[in-house]
Amino acid sequence: MLDENKPRKKPLVQVKNLKMHFPIYRGILKRQVGAIKAVDGISFDIFEGETLGLVGESGCGKSTVGRCVLRLYEVTDGSIDINGTDIATLSGVELRAKRPEMQMIFQDPQASLNPRMTVGSIISEPLDEHMIMTRDEKRERVGELMDAVGLARRFADRYPHEFSGGQRQRIGIARALALNPKFIVCDEPIAALDVSIQAQVVNLLEDLQQKFGLTYLFISHDLSMVRHLATRVAVMYLGRLVELGDAETLYMTPRHPYTQALLSAVPHPDPAQAGNIERIILKGDVPSPANPPPGCTFSTRCPRAQAKCKQDSPKWREIGEGHFAACHFIE
Amino acid sequence: MSDTVETTEIADDRKYRSLWGDVWVQFRHHRGAMIGTVVFFTILIAVAIGPWLWTIDPGYANIRVRNQGMSLAHPFGTDQLGRDMLAQVLQGGRVSIAVGLTAMAIALLLGTLIGVLAGYFRWLDGPLMRLTDLFLALPLLPLLLVIIMLFRDTLRGMFGPETGIFILIVFIIGVTSWMQTARIVRGDVLALKEREFILAANSIGTPSKRVILRHIMPNILSPIMVSATLGIATAIITESALSFLGLGFPSDFPTWGRLLFDGTQYISQAPSRVIWPGLAISLTVLSVNFIGDGLRDALDPRIRGR
Repeated sequence: MLDENKPRKKPLVQVKNLKMHFPIYRGILKRQVGAIKAVDGISFDIFEGETLGLVGESGCGKSTVGRCVLRLYEVTDGSIDINGTDIATLSGVELRAKRPEMQMIFQDPQASLNPRMTVGSIISEPLDEHMIMTRDEKRERVGELMDAVGLARRFADRYPHEFSGGQRQRIGIARALALNPKFIVCDEPIAALDVSIQAQVVNLLEDLQQKFGLTYLFISHDLSMVRHLATRVAVMYLGRLVELGDAETLYMTPRHPYTQALLSAVPHPDPAQAGNIERIILKGDVPSPANPPPGCTFSTRCPRAQAKCKQDSPKWREIGEGHFAACHFIE
Repeated sequence: MSDTVETTEIADDRKYRSLWGDVWVQFRHHRGAMIGTVVFFTILIAVAIGPWLWTIDPGYANIRVRNQGMSLAHPFGTDQLGRDMLAQVLQGGRVSIAVGLTAMAIALLLGTLIGVLAGYFRWLDGPLMRLTDLFLALPLLPLLLVIIMLFRDTLRGMFGPETGIFILIVFIIGVTSWMQTARIVRGDVLALKEREFILAANSIGTPSKRVILRHIMPNILSPIMVSATLGIATAIITESALSFLGLGFPSDFPTWGRLLFDGTQYISQAPSRVIWPGLAISLTVLSVNFIGDGLRDALDPRIRGR
């Protein structure tokens, strides 16, 4: 969606070898017997002003990546550079000072707003925490933010339950914008919304990106929406990235067998042509992230899998300009 | 994009609403709560200024008028020593209500603190909940006996006989009745802290202390309210039991519980001796329960305005 001849900007977010393993405790003594490898060594960059779409099926670790990138979880390993600071190792006080630069928009607008707080106080919470402002300045700022997301200012004294889903999501967006962040993680912000409202919220996100120069990590399982919104797209399977590239390139010529299968599942808007699409149906289920298969994690379901795939983990390598994939058989 | 906003355009030009203003408006709509408030404040005022208006000394014994029923001279009747019951009920109410409120406050404070800490901080959960289990498993009455035996005389020496025993009783009741609150609060906090708005607060960088005060506490108000109202009742009744065992206030010092238990022996001769203190306890407990109920509803924005 951005013009292509614009030179590549410097990366705002650099994630290197990110790992998030949730320990499993069993037995009376609560010994650690294993770990859910929700995110298992992924690396990607997000450039300033772009939208990186992160797609994958349920349970592949998309949301965990989003939360790790904002360090809402203590990551097991790896580094997360945001604007030149590695936030994976920051101490409490330094991290708190860094928080205004990075914010999050949540999936469920109902659950992400405290039911006992008015909209005004929800939106001004970041201001209370990080800004020294008088009451009137805060009210004015809350008003500006509500204007920016398309909510009438007089709703400030109402409670979240009095709003519709789309309006609640706008409240969440206003809260995320309050501190003028550079980077926003959108964790499936449209998944819980009605289709007609989805478009409104996505348009709002696009408008805000242009207006404030925001950088998004857009997590979603809605492939069409990601294609519309994202500059580049990363595809995730079982805690690892399998392919990353420019949205158009990736959608037109997917290289990794998983991406091909995933994209073939997108419904075609024209029913007359819908029959012509060759669907790639994967066999079997996603293996448990507590016990991922050796070698390539996709080898258990890959139509192209060979003996090598079950032993060697494929390297994450550049296969075209800015196009990365992890598969042994891509030239 | 602006469609939703326009369709919900309702002509209201209400001024800025304050939280407590809203709460008060909703509270007034709760009939039970309003009746409860009136009754409770009537009782409070009666026991606060009553002894000055009804000037008969509750300790004055006139053996010739013992065990009388209700009359103009003694509206609530008299006891077996001819002491005026109305004066005793008024005097006793001061102590009983003071004990109830203070012990409830202590139990609530302890219970909420322990429950919130155990629910919010994972590493504190195990130790604090085992402590709660320990307190629940303690046989209450023998423990009370021991504590009172050990500390009664020292406290009496330090604060005088009545204040000393008041502090002791309030403290004991408070310290032995926080466990239910702690458990309920912990459960609610555990459920609450997985909600996304807590995650949102973390992503803003709100420190734990303020997450608890701003997001957790207002959302666990309902169980705390219920615990509080039930706690007052339990405290008044526990104090009665202690007085009955001769471990509470001195025998010439009336409290509602004491009057009730003293009266049980004479229930067939002078039923009024049981009825009045019993009624006073019941009314207090009931009115406080209704107030708690109304307050809980008024504090919930989803119920408010309905």
